[in-house]
Amino acid sequence: MKTADVIICGAGIIGCAAAYYTAKKGKSVIVIDADEIIGNGGSSRNGGGVRQSGRDPRELPLAMYGVKNIWPHLSEELGVDVEYHQDGNLRLGRNDRHQKILEGLTERAVAVGLDVKMIDGDEVRSINPWLAEDVTCASWCPTDGHANPLKATLAFFKAARRLGVTFYSGEKVLSLKKEKGVLRYVVTDHDTYSAEKVIVACGYESRAILQTVGIDVPMTKDLIECLVTEAEPPMFSQMLGTADADFYGHQTNHGSFVFGGASGYEAQNLDFGCMTTHSATAPAICRGILKWIPRLREAKIVRTWSGYEDVCADGVPVIDAIDEVPGLIVACAFTGHGFGISPVVGQLLSQLACDEETMLDLSELRYDRFKACV
Amino acid sequence: MRIDRSKDLGPCLPKEGDDRIICRCEEVTQGEIRQAVHDGMFTLAEVRRYLRCGMGLCQGQTCGKLVARIMAQELGVPVSEIAPASSRSPMRPIEMATWAEEKEGGEV
Repeated sequence: MKTADVIICGAGIIGCAAAYYTAKKGKSVIVIDADEIIGNGGSSRNGGGVRQSGRDPRELPLAMYGVKNIWPHLSEELGVDVEYHQDGNLRLGRNDRHQKILEGLTERAVAVGLDVKMIDGDEVRSINPWLAEDVTCASWCPTDGHANPLKATLAFFKAARRLGVTFYSGEKVLSLKKEKGVLRYVVTDHDTYSAEKVIVACGYESRAILQTVGIDVPMTKDLIECLVTEAEPPMFSQMLGTADADFYGHQTNHGSFVFGGASGYEAQNLDFGCMTTHSATAPAICRGILKWIPRLREAKIVRTWSGYEDVCADGVPVIDAIDEVPGLIVACAFTGHGFGISPVVGQLLSQLACDEETMLDLSELRYDRFKACV
Repeated sequence: MRIDRSKDLGPCLPKEGDDRIICRCEEVTQGEIRQAVHDGMFTLAEVRRYLRCGMGLCQGQTCGKLVARIMAQELGVPVSEIAPASSRSPMRPIEMATWAEEKEGGEV
């Protein structure tokens, strides 16, 4: 049986970031993931947004903290270029209904101190001249941005490994076990491990692991899809989204565009038990893109991919230490917007794992906040 | 298969051919691939995501096997242990305007 101060279930960007910051505090850390590939879930399958605008006020403080204090220096700290750009986020609208949605989002964000405002169609096109003529409004948050999720995930992995963190991939966690009322063991299909603290950050798969100690987080999983174009000359550097959230994306350092969208059947598409793309989705994303950026008609798509979102019942993650299971810390149900807050969540988890007071208040993200509706 | 990322590969010493371009689409060299393995990238998917090799126009159809062979050598395992990266639709690059016309059931 191997022993560590902290065992982390899940080698996604949350697990890798938590491993990095925890090891930096001098703790011994083991990370275990069922997938052979590091960060093969949502960490490598998202649009790369580092957004504050459009976020629920309960998780907004995490996003704002990360954008202010962590993202600007992350490449330097980890020794890998994570391609962070802070060139703003445009959330676009083309009719009155969109305008109302965007105004509501903007009002709520301004109320909690975010630098975001409504702008008209001409202002939108002065920021991004490639957008369609019928775009009439947008919310504009100049401090938002994007980064490369593939590189950021592997950068945390590499940096954690360099600090001596042990990683086992392709090893499935089967159960957690308590000893005298305190969480002590992690049982896998290969071995049993013992630790003072266990962090579970496995996206939707957290559920099966948490069940073994009687804890549950209400969530579903949606299979979302994106497409990637060949490299194009640099056109714009903002992150784009829309009022209906039916299309989002950005142009990467490399020149390719990464765009996500929806066919409307994300919760029902047949997935054959693995992350597969559906034939109806890529054409739907293409139609979405061309409505907003007609200039991309001839851009060639080189690949499509899909990934699961762990969608929480109330739309924000659970990040908490569990009272009934002392020693257990949970971070899951990020609902498709975990990437942008992953570095700050990594820091918060390292504080929970070291019994320190967290630098941000997490009371809105507690695991026991879910009440019946009647 | 279980992969222990703490496996000791020894130092990453320079080797003949390190300047050679292996992925022509994204211009990734043998030396960069070897270094990535030493940085902990033990699967083809990770090397790909870390360096972009196999993510260009040909989507790794040209270099996939070469990258796997270099990785296997570096890791001291048979090349059959290096799982190929996922093949992703479409098979050939498609213009956005063309794909946008495809509706369910093949109607245009």
